[in-house]
Amino acid sequence: MPNRVSLTGAAAVSQAMRQINPDVVAAYPITPQTPVVEYYAQYVADGLVDTCMIPVESEHSAMSAVVGSAAAGARTMTATAANGLALMVEIVYIAASYRLPIVMPIVNRALSGPINIHCDHSDAMLVRDSGWIQLMAEDHQEAYDMTIMATKIAEHEDVLLPVMVNFDGFITSHGVDVFEMLDDEVVKEFVGEWVPKYPLLNTEKPITHGSLDLFDWYFEHHRQQEEAMEQAYKNLPAVFEAFEKLSGRNYDFLDLYKTEDADHVMIVMNSTASTAKFVIDELREQGLKVGLVKPRVFTPFPKKELKAALDGKQSVVVLDRAMSFGKEAPLYSLVKSALYDAVSRPQLGSFVYGLGGRDTTPEQLKEAFSYAVEGKLSLDKQLYLGLRD
Amino acid sequence: MPVNIKQLVEYVEKNDWPFTQGHRLCPGCNAPLAAKWATLTAKALGYEPVVGASTGCLEVSTTIYPFSSWNIPYIHNAFENVAATMTGAETAYRSLLNRGKVKNDKVKFIAFGGDGGTYDIGLQSLSGAIERGHDFVYILYDNEGYMNTGNQRSGSTPTGADSTTEPVGKAISGKLQLKKSILDIIAGHEGVYAASAVTSEPLDFMKKMEKALEFKGPAFISILAPCVRFWRIPESSGPAATKLAVETKYWPLWEYEKGVYTVTKKPKNFKPVKEYITSLGRFNKLMKRPDANEVLEELQTYVDAKWERLLALEEISKGKPLRNKI
Repeated sequence: MPNRVSLTGAAAVSQAMRQINPDVVAAYPITPQTPVVEYYAQYVADGLVDTCMIPVESEHSAMSAVVGSAAAGARTMTATAANGLALMVEIVYIAASYRLPIVMPIVNRALSGPINIHCDHSDAMLVRDSGWIQLMAEDHQEAYDMTIMATKIAEHEDVLLPVMVNFDGFITSHGVDVFEMLDDEVVKEFVGEWVPKYPLLNTEKPITHGSLDLFDWYFEHHRQQEEAMEQAYKNLPAVFEAFEKLSGRNYDFLDLYKTEDADHVMIVMNSTASTAKFVIDELREQGLKVGLVKPRVFTPFPKKELKAALDGKQSVVVLDRAMSFGKEAPLYSLVKSALYDAVSRPQLGSFVYGLGGRDTTPEQLKEAFSYAVEGKLSLDKQLYLGLRD
Repeated sequence: MPVNIKQLVEYVEKNDWPFTQGHRLCPGCNAPLAAKWATLTAKALGYEPVVGASTGCLEVSTTIYPFSSWNIPYIHNAFENVAATMTGAETAYRSLLNRGKVKNDKVKFIAFGGDGGTYDIGLQSLSGAIERGHDFVYILYDNEGYMNTGNQRSGSTPTGADSTTEPVGKAISGKLQLKKSILDIIAGHEGVYAASAVTSEPLDFMKKMEKALEFKGPAFISILAPCVRFWRIPESSGPAATKLAVETKYWPLWEYEKGVYTVTKKPKNFKPVKEYITSLGRFNKLMKRPDANEVLEELQTYVDAKWERLLALEEISKGKPLRNKI
């Protein structure tokens, strides 16, 4: 029987990991990911799982060990945040190019510098081109569900790509919320057994992993990674559907909230979407036709779905919790590009919000909507919410 | 009983070499000797070696896609992380064995790294892997510089050697520092088997390799393996150079096991270290400098002191391991 429980987001994700019971977890603690690792270490210590855990000496070694383990043929997970992810980056790219189905929760936190431990999405955006699938979770339920779905999509034989499950540092990771947990057996059956095709540990059919790949093959191999990402895009709906069958929870690339008749649409990822839904309800009571599009999948970017949801709208405001200095904010630039060939292009505006954990209030979101409603959006001007003058 | 020539010959008569021909290492390179001997020893003893390599000469020259010189499972990840990569593979093996998903209980993990990937950029991941007690053998093929990329200085490059990033010039006599004592650093982890070796003594190396394979926990062998190209010596003289390194106390042969030091070769007479230095073309520029003798004298004092210290350590640690477990 599904069980409604009240836990922090970090505990929710560690519970999903416990139910998956991967062969190996290698991790290094970093705020605000630490409780994920701590909970998992306790499960190991208490014998609730028989995962072999490697308490590595850095995130670089965490990702390196995870690559060694996944290549060996083990179902392998790790988790990190911000600077930890930055330290890993070299190997993050390697993990994707070796086509290793690793699952890594990312507890989104601002990248240094200056050092800051609170939420933004600069860490996720740092690795947007690394070849990993990137899922974006609004709350505890999504973070828990996506960790389970991530395992399924990563190991799909036409995909074989690593997956990051992003959820907001402190807001989701340390906040307590109610969510529904599946039974252990249901999760176990859903993720099934991982049977690797070319494990390093097959001594009878030895494979060379990580060859030197020069000008004569590197390009083709990168093209194959792109093909895998296309396959991820094609196969994600089936994973969503299978998961809905056992959980009753509907997933798609986009979470559409009151968009159907909306004139003005906000696009925002992760926990701020909850605030946006609250604001939308309030504004609708005032007679404003507003709605929300929340991407649940950032990579592969659901361009087609976004265009379908936004084509013909009066205006779209895109909220980014990260900057791309000297260029448009990452989510905004992708949304703008997705609407290039829309039949009826909406007015567009870019808002950067919540950097370094800056509190994002309903008033700030209303302010963003007011630009849309009053027709004051500017296509090429980046605006800021909650920023001191 | 240590592995013997008969066993090795029998193995290669019936089987492919685990590390085979066709690689693109330079003629006279000593790195493939270490790779060949280490993997052959493992195979001849009935183990199934799984190899990892850090970025470097051995890696780039043996696995140019779609070719490979490795008849055994092999993984390369990056420059600084072969030890961490192997801890992942080794842990995966333990987990899968425990869960009954892998049956073969003869698997052994062997990591290969050059001095750049070991003394410098990979030291942290190596230290972490040893501290955690993973069961693997790390082979350092030490050619005392970043030779893959054309002779840049490493933490292993000796004083006065000419390198492109610390060249011997008119004002400065090349590298000013002594090389790190890597084996002492590894020994400092205590729960480890560590040994030095040279390419002039294959049987000594294989004997140590066997000990390393059978040691329950992390093991480390540093083998002095000349880069004939950037040591500026004839292609055929790599092993001769390492023989002289032992005879001049430049590279003593010793091992360490959980606190106990053993000097594995005690030459009756030593040659002056000058003989070793002047036999290598990489010191030619140094030798033309007015301060050459100063550098040589300093090195002689150093190797003498190190040798005395080693004998003393052997004496005081005899039968007194620091640890009983890793």
